[in-house]
Amino acid sequence: MTYTPEMLEMIKVVEASRQRRLKETFPAMSMEERERVLKGFHPDYIQEGMRPIRVGVCKGDRTPNELADVLEGRPLISPDFDLSQPEFETDVLVVGGGGAGASAALLAKENGAKVTIVTKLRFGDANTMMAQGGIQAADRPEDSPAIHYLDVIGGGHFTNVPDLVEALVMDAPIVIKWLEELGVMFDKTPDGLMMEEHGGGTSRKRMHSARDYSGAEIMRTLRDEVRNRPDIEVIEFCAAIELVLDDQGQVAGVVLLNMETNHYFYVKAKSVILSTGGSGRLHYQEFPTTNHYGATGDGIVMAYRVGAQLAFLDTMQYHPTGAAYPEQILGLLVTEKVRGLGAQPVNVKGEQFVYPLEPRDVESAAFIRECRERKLGVVTPTLQPCVWLDTPMIDLIQGPGTIEKALPAMVRQYKRFDIDMAKIPILVYPTLHYQNGGVQMDANCHTNVPGLFLAGEVAGGIHGRNRLMGNSLLDVCVFGRRAGLSAAEYQKTAKPGSPNLEHVSTWNREMDEAGLNGALQSPVLLPKYTRQS
Amino acid sequence: MAERAELIPVYIMGKRYDVPASLTIMKAMEWAGYTLVRGVGCRGGFCGACSTVYRIKEDPKLYFGLACQTVVKPEMYLGQIPFFPAARASYDITRLEPVASTLFQIYPELLRCLGCGTCTKACPQELNVKGYMAAAMRGDIEAVANMSFDCIMCGLCAARCPAEEPQYNIAILARRLYGRYLAPRSEHLQQRVDEIQAGHYNNELVELKSLDVEALKTQYKARQIEA
Repeated sequence: MTYTPEMLEMIKVVEASRQRRLKETFPAMSMEERERVLKGFHPDYIQEGMRPIRVGVCKGDRTPNELADVLEGRPLISPDFDLSQPEFETDVLVVGGGGAGASAALLAKENGAKVTIVTKLRFGDANTMMAQGGIQAADRPEDSPAIHYLDVIGGGHFTNVPDLVEALVMDAPIVIKWLEELGVMFDKTPDGLMMEEHGGGTSRKRMHSARDYSGAEIMRTLRDEVRNRPDIEVIEFCAAIELVLDDQGQVAGVVLLNMETNHYFYVKAKSVILSTGGSGRLHYQEFPTTNHYGATGDGIVMAYRVGAQLAFLDTMQYHPTGAAYPEQILGLLVTEKVRGLGAQPVNVKGEQFVYPLEPRDVESAAFIRECRERKLGVVTPTLQPCVWLDTPMIDLIQGPGTIEKALPAMVRQYKRFDIDMAKIPILVYPTLHYQNGGVQMDANCHTNVPGLFLAGEVAGGIHGRNRLMGNSLLDVCVFGRRAGLSAAEYQKTAKPGSPNLEHVSTWNREMDEAGLNGALQSPVLLPKYTRQS
Repeated sequence: MAERAELIPVYIMGKRYDVPASLTIMKAMEWAGYTLVRGVGCRGGFCGACSTVYRIKEDPKLYFGLACQTVVKPEMYLGQIPFFPAARASYDITRLEPVASTLFQIYPELLRCLGCGTCTKACPQELNVKGYMAAAMRGDIEAVANMSFDCIMCGLCAARCPAEEPQYNIAILARRLYGRYLAPRSEHLQQRVDEIQAGHYNNELVELKSLDVEALKTQYKARQIEA
């Protein structure tokens, strides 16, 4: 048992109220209450955490300081970097080896293009792999794409781009079918009904899952399928560090950095799909993160430097339930499915204080309020504030053994530290989870830069100011497929000009004019975790 | 961190470093000054990039774990072995039959398994690898799929196997065969896909997209939440 004696005492309070709480659920907030708790406590509203971007096409837009820093970085190469000898040429270059990149590569290949995937780390080691809870799709008779649309746009505070939401919800069942045919083992009843649960902000049960390895199951299947197409080349441990344009302003490839030899090289491509994921490893406002090691916002930096428009980059998603204790797993995800199955957030007095399945931003803000304003949180030995998540309720509500069967990854994670979450509650606090915004695109993944396409978390607008659970696994598949198709079509008629790095000169000049002489180079590629001496 | 300042000795690539006792192997290496490129991935126990073999001084036994999930111990010898791929066959999943012979044809080495259980001992997920290999040799695809479901494909089983089996690649073949062919088909899913492709929902979506924020809010508030 890793809990301290003080914590074990506190757990008794949670246990004492459990039977009563089993019969009651805290009421959901009205729209006005949501607004109030968000403005008061959500990190997006902490003014000191943000500043206007000082260069580029979105100059003046506010974004977290850490993101502004990398957007205002200097390129890693100079404008006279030699592009005359590309290492190789391809039709569709997919940058990023997560779920979006893999989906894009498969569809681009099926539509007749020569496809190459380049990825900074290993193919498949991505946020997709870590998604636990599930993937949304309106495929039950009680549900419809229209209801899904309303849930998405309400969750996003009515700011989402309608065409993107339409694409998301209309493609959703098609994506599930595609995955089923690729062999993804969704949770089903013996007669083939998908086992679907609620997620925060859903009005219908439409969360499909593969135990709590939903993302891993999808990612490893997509990766396996890519590997079954030997003509899709996959190049690992090579990070894209700069896009290359031609004299017509069209995308003409990327400059890559071999992460192990430090060799820079140019790959010529008729089209580029950025599927580089998000930026949790920039640790906005010093929050811990659920994100993959490589999530440093590289795609946004590269796209911005060639003039792509950004959107919603003043809003990040803080997942309400990051592990808060023990310290070794601080910030790691405790899937929303835990609350979906019945576990309630509870304060130090053993009382509920929030409806368990508010949209994520609202739920997170309520946790922060409980700790910061009302002082009813728990504080760990490392002074981390947190609240209880009463996991033993799951087996009481759903039947003994449910946790073990439905949440094996969670159970394993806690068991490693001698905590049996089926019998004893766990401690959670919001953790940086998702970049709601990103680079702008249309419903077929075109950006304002010809030949540049997007898929996955790097894109902004689909989820507006807040994403619902289960819509990012969906997003990477829907827009991965669409980007692959669009890029394959585009390259058929593309007329490549001569590649150059004039945009790097222009960028450097603009930086000088803005008086930005800092030494930071971006993309930063990896977080700095070595000890500061 | 103050009260956890107790330092313990570990040996990374043969060199001694004194690191805080509360750190995971991964964080201990970073604390010692390593910037990791290989042997690091999701840092949450899902991607299999950081599988680790280690020993403790004076103890001949080999231990296995994920560097992101395993806390350091005194006198631990660490030498990260980067992931290397096991043998993997290419196949067209749409042209396979979900029968025992498919496993044997695609992975003939399957029948060389000695049943020694070294794989099970090496698995950082504590899966019964030997058990699912036995099921594979019986041709029980469903059992392989279920028993191997929590596999993160880190490759430690294959790295340790004296018979040079690619256990985790055999397992994903079985899971895909099960998911595509043996799991019950989802009729309601097919029906919804047909409806969407027939344009059944197009008008409703066009109308929703045309609504202003106030009208959307009204509809949103009026939603019935399924119990």
